[in-house]
Amino acid sequence: MSLLELDGVKVHFPIKKGVLFDRTVGHVYAVDGVSLKVEAGETYGLVGESGCGKTTLGRSVLRLVDITEGSVVLDGTDLAKLPGEEMRRFRRRLQMVFQDPLGSLNPRQNIESILSEGMIAHGIGKDQEERREKIKAILDKVGLPSNALARYPHEFSGGQRQRIGIARALVLEPDVIICDEPVSALDVSVQAQVINLLEELQEELGLTYLVIAHDLAVVRHISDTIGVMYLGSLVEEAPSDALYAEPKHPYTKALMSAVPVPDPEVEDKRERILLTGDLPSPANPPSGCRFHTRCPWAQAERCATERPQLRDIGGGHRVACHYAEDIASGKLSLNQGEVVPATREGVDDTPEQDAEAEDAPAKVPAQAEKVSEDEKPATAEKVSEDEKPATAEKVSEDEKPATAEKVSEDEKPATAEKVSEDEKPAAAEKVAEADEESEKAV
Amino acid sequence: MAVATKSEKIQRLAELTAVSETSTGASLWREAFRRLKSSKMAIVGAVIIVLFVLVAVVGPFLAPYSPSAQTWRNEVFPNQGKFVGARDGNWFGLDHLGRDLFSRMLVGARQTLLVGIVATLIGLVAGFLIGIVSGAAATLGGDTGRRVDSVIMRFIDMMLALPSLLLAVSIAAVMGQSLTTVMIAVGVVQVPVFARLLRGSMLAQGNADYVLAAQSLGVRKRRIVLSQILPNSLSPVIVQATLSLATAIIEAAALSYLGLGNPDPAIPEWGVMLAQAQRFFSYAPAMAVYPAVGIIITALGFTLLGEAMREALDPKLRG
Repeated sequence: MSLLELDGVKVHFPIKKGVLFDRTVGHVYAVDGVSLKVEAGETYGLVGESGCGKTTLGRSVLRLVDITEGSVVLDGTDLAKLPGEEMRRFRRRLQMVFQDPLGSLNPRQNIESILSEGMIAHGIGKDQEERREKIKAILDKVGLPSNALARYPHEFSGGQRQRIGIARALVLEPDVIICDEPVSALDVSVQAQVINLLEELQEELGLTYLVIAHDLAVVRHISDTIGVMYLGSLVEEAPSDALYAEPKHPYTKALMSAVPVPDPEVEDKRERILLTGDLPSPANPPSGCRFHTRCPWAQAERCATERPQLRDIGGGHRVACHYAEDIASGKLSLNQGEVVPATREGVDDTPEQDAEAEDAPAKVPAQAEKVSEDEKPATAEKVSEDEKPATAEKVSEDEKPATAEKVSEDEKPATAEKVSEDEKPAAAEKVAEADEESEKAV
Repeated sequence: MAVATKSEKIQRLAELTAVSETSTGASLWREAFRRLKSSKMAIVGAVIIVLFVLVAVVGPFLAPYSPSAQTWRNEVFPNQGKFVGARDGNWFGLDHLGRDLFSRMLVGARQTLLVGIVATLIGLVAGFLIGIVSGAAATLGGDTGRRVDSVIMRFIDMMLALPSLLLAVSIAAVMGQSLTTVMIAVGVVQVPVFARLLRGSMLAQGNADYVLAAQSLGVRKRRIVLSQILPNSLSPVIVQATLSLATAIIEAAALSYLGLGNPDPAIPEWGVMLAQAQRFFSYAPAMAVYPAVGIIITALGFTLLGEAMREALDPKLRG
């Protein structure tokens, strides 16, 4: 019996239209049938591009969004069916660490007040004195000075704020902590501190984590098991090392091939798979396999009609692909997309910036990244006539509103993985997420 | 490299990222107050307001003559256009009934302040209650809440759609002529403004991550509204209330001017005085100038303070 079990979880957001009376005209299938198990004391990493539903899935576990269908079982209790007040009390055992450390702390409360809030809600500690003692102990655990109590969130650095966020989750002594992009808003150096802290706390307190991230290196470092999400469902799930050693699903393969290797000789010989097309809209997902519109190995039959289920192919490796074995054995060959040397696109698109990004990814400032982003469309258009497959996705970027792209870009710091992901359809995905949000707002 | 123990590593992290130890917690309110103190606009506004309030409180005791006694009625003949201007003993001159204008100004300040404050309070309290119900329903009430919110908001829209002066005049017409009517009329006009402002502000805060965080902590909804969303939504309402004091005084004066104010001429109020002076403006413009300037300076004081508060409370200007 696993500690946390999700079974067929679906979260569909209705798209509403109408002046006086709202009419449901469709759904955004943000999470569409996810089943996974998280064992006690283990870390489950959830990766996927922006807009694939991983954040929504994390929130649905805490019932911060309504679950349309399926069950979330924590220690034998189905959270999806708990009435409001019981769910509120149950949240003590399930806590969350948020992506934006400043935004997730109330700017008008001091640290003591922020950390007491949860304890008061659950009746922990009989008076403020007792609560303060406990808060001091937790602050010490996460490496914050105890004189932080009277200070306000804006008086701390980004890393410290995230540690406050972790402390806030810890004071309730939860069993499971859901970390939603816990380090993506932090500097690379501070990311390591926070990740190490999370690992140390897990060792010490026997915590179970569900880590949601788009940063492949972070997830690999921290996770025991990794699930890869694409358009609202899991496409592959495997123990961390197995997944990185041999990704089975075409999407995972493409994702992994985007990570640069910090060894110039290997990097020179490395190949990467370029995907064609955009991330489909989660409001109108493709039939059959969700990935068949972009899959380099897509077959004429089955892929477009039959939705593959996650199936075990040995060693705890679960894949949602009809042809995983055939692809692994090399029986099937590519029929769309392209496998190119990893270094080639640097020559193709924007020679200087990209070459730099490949060589010293961690040092590339956000500025340079944006510049290359801006230049890309122009370059892509020129090249696209003779170099169709490689640049097709970049041309499509042009169609998207440039502002949405840049805004979301600004929110994320430049990290090694980000740089490499940017070559992939990352920008387009972010727009998809923005779309999804605006639809929610409607 | 030597392997550091865990506690050493954490200690090092703390040192590396610590903000200087001497800084003591400064809340956003306190910082806003500090910025306010250093703003010239705020100081000028505050000085004017303090003077005005002082006059309103002690003015009636300082007034050299009775504001209602027609002591010099034998010297003023409005029918013949004969008025008495400023002179020794009557520093602002006499009004059309031979009363000391300076005394009337001093005593009238209290009524004017009362109108401004009570009218704004009526608008603020009613608007606040409607706004908080609507805002809370919209942010945390789910589908039902959103429906409640849109019903309330359509009602508020209806109120907003009526021209404010027309609404005030109708209220005054229904309730009859009195100072209370003016206060209620001016106050009711402010209700939709405060309600919409607070609701909008709460809605913006309702999407913030810290509200989600409070929900995931298991904090009760009522407490989320009161201790998380509301304190962060108050700034625009506070600014609006200060600015409203100015407009309420002017609007009350306008209603008095239209003849809807206090019918008893014995109790001076700046707006009523202005209305009375209008008839004799061509003979004795000074009679209108004093109350008009009084209203303008007071309104200016509240406006200056309000604008300065807007700047002090705006987090984007924090530095």
